[in-house]
Amino acid sequence: MNRRFSPRAVALALAAPVLAVVFTMIITSIVLIASGKDPLQTFQVLVGEASKPRIQVQILNAATTYYLSAIAVAIGFRMNLFNIGVDGQYRLAAILAAAAGGAVALPAPLHVAFIIAVAMLVGACWAGIAAILKVTRGVSEVISTIMLNFIATGLIAYLLTPGRLAESIEGSNNISTKPIPESGWMPGIPLIPDAKGEVFGFIVIAGVVGVAYWFLLGRTRFGFDLRATGRSEPAAIASGVNVKKMIVVTMLLSGAVAGLVGMPQLLGSSHAYSLDFPAGLGFTGIAIALLGRNNPIGIAFGALLWAFLDSSATRLDFEGIPQEIVAIMQGVLVLSVVIAYELVRRYRVRQVAHDVGRQLGSTEPVSGQGAVA
Amino acid sequence: MSQTIEPQATPTVDVSLRRSSNRSLGLRGVGAVLVGVLLLLSFIRVITGADDLTSAGTLAAAIGLSVPIAMAGLGGLWSERSGVVNIGLEGMLVFGTFGAGWAGYQWGPWAGLFVGVAFGALGGLLHAVATVTFAVDQIVSGVAINILALGVTQYLASVLFDGVQGGGPTQSPPMTSMGSITIPGLSPFFLDVAANGWFFVSDVAAVLAALTTKLSYLTIIAVFLVVATYYVLWRTAFGLRLRSVGEAPHAAATLGVKVKRYKYIAVVMSGALAGFGGVFLAEVLSNIYREGQTAGRGYIGLAAMIFGNWRPGGMAAGAGLFGFTDALQLRGAEAVHALLAVAALALLLWALWILFRRRDLKKGGAALLFAVLFAWWYLATDELPPQATFVTPYVTTLVVLALATQRLRPPAADGIPYREGED
Repeated sequence: MNRRFSPRAVALALAAPVLAVVFTMIITSIVLIASGKDPLQTFQVLVGEASKPRIQVQILNAATTYYLSAIAVAIGFRMNLFNIGVDGQYRLAAILAAAAGGAVALPAPLHVAFIIAVAMLVGACWAGIAAILKVTRGVSEVISTIMLNFIATGLIAYLLTPGRLAESIEGSNNISTKPIPESGWMPGIPLIPDAKGEVFGFIVIAGVVGVAYWFLLGRTRFGFDLRATGRSEPAAIASGVNVKKMIVVTMLLSGAVAGLVGMPQLLGSSHAYSLDFPAGLGFTGIAIALLGRNNPIGIAFGALLWAFLDSSATRLDFEGIPQEIVAIMQGVLVLSVVIAYELVRRYRVRQVAHDVGRQLGSTEPVSGQGAVA
Repeated sequence: MSQTIEPQATPTVDVSLRRSSNRSLGLRGVGAVLVGVLLLLSFIRVITGADDLTSAGTLAAAIGLSVPIAMAGLGGLWSERSGVVNIGLEGMLVFGTFGAGWAGYQWGPWAGLFVGVAFGALGGLLHAVATVTFAVDQIVSGVAINILALGVTQYLASVLFDGVQGGGPTQSPPMTSMGSITIPGLSPFFLDVAANGWFFVSDVAAVLAALTTKLSYLTIIAVFLVVATYYVLWRTAFGLRLRSVGEAPHAAATLGVKVKRYKYIAVVMSGALAGFGGVFLAEVLSNIYREGQTAGRGYIGLAAMIFGNWRPGGMAAGAGLFGFTDALQLRGAEAVHALLAVAALALLLWALWILFRRRDLKKGGAALLFAVLFAWWYLATDELPPQATFVTPYVTTLVVLALATQRLRPPAADGIPYREGED
């Protein structure tokens, strides 16, 4: 009997996300009605925007970036490591990779590979600081990565001044690193017909990262050790896992993927790191990793949903609805997803107890698990 | 993502419980540390001529900038003492700034205080519902609350403030000031003495001047809250129960302590305190609510609390350190540069102490090496880039954590979701 795909299991697996989305729509509607706006119109505008090819390109591009960020966070999550520092890691990686890419001349594919390699290396090194502090000194990675985010902000501000890594852009107050020559650009893909823009070529690499994540965690010894350590550290130690080594390797991996977060933007459109390079993507990644339950497919859905809300929202302002309503949706969604999964988990525990009871010929739950509710 | 957050918390409990570092310094100890720090700063000020290092202006700014951090830290302390990690402090600060701005411009600063604290408490309540009732992972809930707080306040700001005179989608209309206390007679006297530049005397006077000149009512309340927290959590039966819930919730439950109720109280209190910090940001350090006003202070408060070993006194010291470096940044490059000399001297003293009292050559030598490095850095440069000051508190926190984490002892059940009837 295949329990994993029984109708009830499927219904339960879908219950949590559906519950969370419905709950989010209810809360959002209440907020909208309370402030005198029309919820139906809001949802219509959002969906209507998403049918435009231009917006669809935007959604895919944003989702690519979000996906990488969420995977970086999820690698740590699976081992109970909270890499809150993805934000600092990708920004530092992006500026150094941009500067390195602008400084060298290489043939096209090598140039792109070089920039990506620098970014991954920098991301891994910056995350490595937190890893080393954790395994040698026992510093909680939550706090150290938060501190490292601030330090990265300071470091980037220091580096991004004329005379160091930056030069002024003519005719504006903006400053940026030296532009990467065309050999270091990643061509876009005309994925969506009729659209003016192209989808970032990096979307392919994001897909590869997703598959690699799935394979590494689900199909290798390393991934098994990693998940085991996340579930129960004492058990992992008992089965011979070197937890310290695992922490360092996991953090380095997480940081290396974090280094990729800025790449779609850098290689696909801006070709330089400037003051207006997108910030805060690391925190978006945390939220999306939570939405996607650390599952590569789930994260892809989460990233698309998030990107859809972000990209369609700008239109709301034209209709007299503050676009910040989307941020409320996102916040409620994250919170309700985690709560919904907990509720489903409790329901499942009770059901199992119930089933066991029935099979033993008694209608009462046999274990003490009934008290959970 | 299910259970522990701080893997090394469990095995070290027995060892560190016996350690003296877990005991508080006591009033006399705190006084001695304060005098020591002031002597150090004063000495460097006289040598380097960087008068802003301990000027009344710097110190007043330092006190002001410390308060929001300390209130966030105090909020974190309440929550974590009951075993709930609260990374949502940042969001609760945001709620506080918004509440203060919204009520403050309409009904005055005291109404702003009330509403800001209430909004913060609501944020805390949300965290409590998620983490206590639904036993959701606490960091996850905190992160979600930070996202939510940003969204809610940005939305409400564009609905409520846009179109009001002086307001806009990212800021509230200005509110009137709450007023402040200047003690006549004493304040000018201290300011006079402070301006003389005498060794130590002027520095003490500067401290007193900062405390007697234009002191906000909210600062006084904040100091009271720190002291009251210590009293309530460590000197009352209520506090003992609350802390027991953070150390061993199942054991506490067998003794009849209502674990969930205590966690609720602690987390809501945590939100209220963070809300107070937000009110301070909006009403004292500014006179409006502005988007992005909190600038990560919730996280810094959390760091200050850990820095202070989950105790009010240590937390306040950590907040003071952050506030002080923040203030120096505002006062100009010279004072910041002198900070290098302060670091060099402090390291030198520490090195000597290790070498002669502990007789630990390796550690002492390392400290000495760093002292020399900082001294050389000070002498070889004329000023520090502004970004260096910006990162100083964060680097300091990292260094302190790296050196002292082994002696820190978080509440034993900190971060572990509590489910009745399950382990």
